[in-house]
Amino acid sequence: MKKLNEMTITEAARALRAESASRRISVRELWDACSEIAKAKNPELNVFLEIFDADEAAIENAQKRIDEDATSASGRSAPMLCGIPLAIKDNILIEGKIVSAASKMLANYHATYDATVIKKLKDAGALFIGRTNMDEFALGSSTENSAFGVTKNPYDITRVPGGTSGGSAAAVAAHMAIAALGTDTGGSIRCPASYCGVVGLKPTYGVVSRSGVIAAVSSFDQVGPITKTVEDARILFDTIRGQDTLDSTTIPDGLYSENKKEIKTVGVPRNLFAGILGEDMLERFTSALEKTGCNVVDIEIPSAKPALAAYYIINFAEVSTNLARFDGMRYGHASRGETLLDDYLLSRTEGFGEETRRRVLLGTFVLSSGYIDAYYRKAVAARVQLTREFNDAFKKVDIIATPTMPTPAFKIGEKSDPLSLYLEDAFTILANLTGMPAISIPMGFVEREGKQLPVGIHFTAPHQAEKMLFTIGNTVEKTL
Amino acid sequence: MATKEEVKKLATLARIKIDDADLEKFTSEFDAILAYIGQLEKLELSDVKEEIPALHNVMREDGKPHAPSAYTEKIVTQFPASEKNALVVKQIISHEEIE
Repeated sequence: MKKLNEMTITEAARALRAESASRRISVRELWDACSEIAKAKNPELNVFLEIFDADEAAIENAQKRIDEDATSASGRSAPMLCGIPLAIKDNILIEGKIVSAASKMLANYHATYDATVIKKLKDAGALFIGRTNMDEFALGSSTENSAFGVTKNPYDITRVPGGTSGGSAAAVAAHMAIAALGTDTGGSIRCPASYCGVVGLKPTYGVVSRSGVIAAVSSFDQVGPITKTVEDARILFDTIRGQDTLDSTTIPDGLYSENKKEIKTVGVPRNLFAGILGEDMLERFTSALEKTGCNVVDIEIPSAKPALAAYYIINFAEVSTNLARFDGMRYGHASRGETLLDDYLLSRTEGFGEETRRRVLLGTFVLSSGYIDAYYRKAVAARVQLTREFNDAFKKVDIIATPTMPTPAFKIGEKSDPLSLYLEDAFTILANLTGMPAISIPMGFVEREGKQLPVGIHFTAPHQAEKMLFTIGNTVEKTL
Repeated sequence: MATKEEVKKLATLARIKIDDADLEKFTSEFDAILAYIGQLEKLELSDVKEEIPALHNVMREDGKPHAPSAYTEKIVTQFPASEKNALVVKQIISHEEIE
């Protein structure tokens, strides 16, 4: 039998319910297996900012629900996630636990309520191993911007795990949790999924509630699963999705109705990565595509290249607005000086890390009068045009594919100038600008300096057509 | 192109302090970043009007409010300073005569 912590959600759920006593595992055993590995590996990888103590009541309750199913005449009622240990990104609120967004600003802040996604997971009987490291306030692409040190890539500890959900992806890759939740603003689920060789889904904007999730860029942010398999991603997604009265940006099922269809044709916007993709990356990508058995055609998305500039303008603008709430008055880091202005200045200057300060300043710039038309309003218009081009493309093709990232994981410290790091996100940001769902699935390995490093293939589907992503994902996964 | 004075002004607006060493660094980085995002100016936009969002008028009926002070204690524990259930802040209105 597989080591318990190495199981997928599906495998663990089956083992928890095995009929033969010799094959059956307990919730406690599964928890201990994950928790022990998490504690053993964390000093080296820095995946978790905190590993939680076992919640005895939750473990007992999950076991009870599973046991009752075995004797109940009506059969199964305990959800698949019952008794499954998950890792949670440190910007998602779990009542009573610290939630810091990997910032000094919130280093000692305790969540006063559960995020809706946490409530849903608790209802399903899921357990929480710990809170995972990330780029401060979800700003970055490498988890190097954490106030609590960088997370190491489990495949090569001299490399980054990607970001901003680097801790969540590394936790799943290193089998320190069965699966994890991340958040995605410009690729923050899919980039680390690609670098760590796991599956990552960014759902359609509005499908998953963000009540209780620390805001970075409100018009882009979505919560999503990071898992070992496509099927696990579907299970986790099905559990956390749904309209929520606590988040008025959530959408009802079927808002975009006509979007679920059979996948025959895959479109590839080749001009987007011509000249920037290594030969081995292109070879992996082409071979993964061939194995889908779909008809592959080249498509043009003319606004896709300038879209990266639009993405960062909107990102800076919304970050500076969202982070204005941290003023040292009501909660979070609070420093006191001579005057009230000093209180604000000291609290914000001490509380925010370098990249956060940089983006707040850039956001203040692109929103300032005299520049707002040239930058922010133009970016919003470019976003509309890009979405239109994607919608047009989906009239000709069923799904759109690119590599998730232009390269495998880079070395820690390699991209020290901020602009070079921003350019890494060129493929993933498109789905955040359009609000469409997208998934990263492992497409094999490429070699760098004698190390085999995982890389991912990226699919985008029309709004609310996550099902298509799971279908094509399953095919890619099986043929790998 | 960005000048140190401009960056300093932005910092004042954003309530952030930047020391001189950082100011130099931020200013040169801003030049590179602004040059990059400035390429958007060249993008031709064909009659893009404000898109009407698919989702609108999200309102709900008034529901039953939660019991008074149900969350007070939890929230007060997160205040930097408190007196009973009140948040302590600096006095901002002075009784002294302004000269």
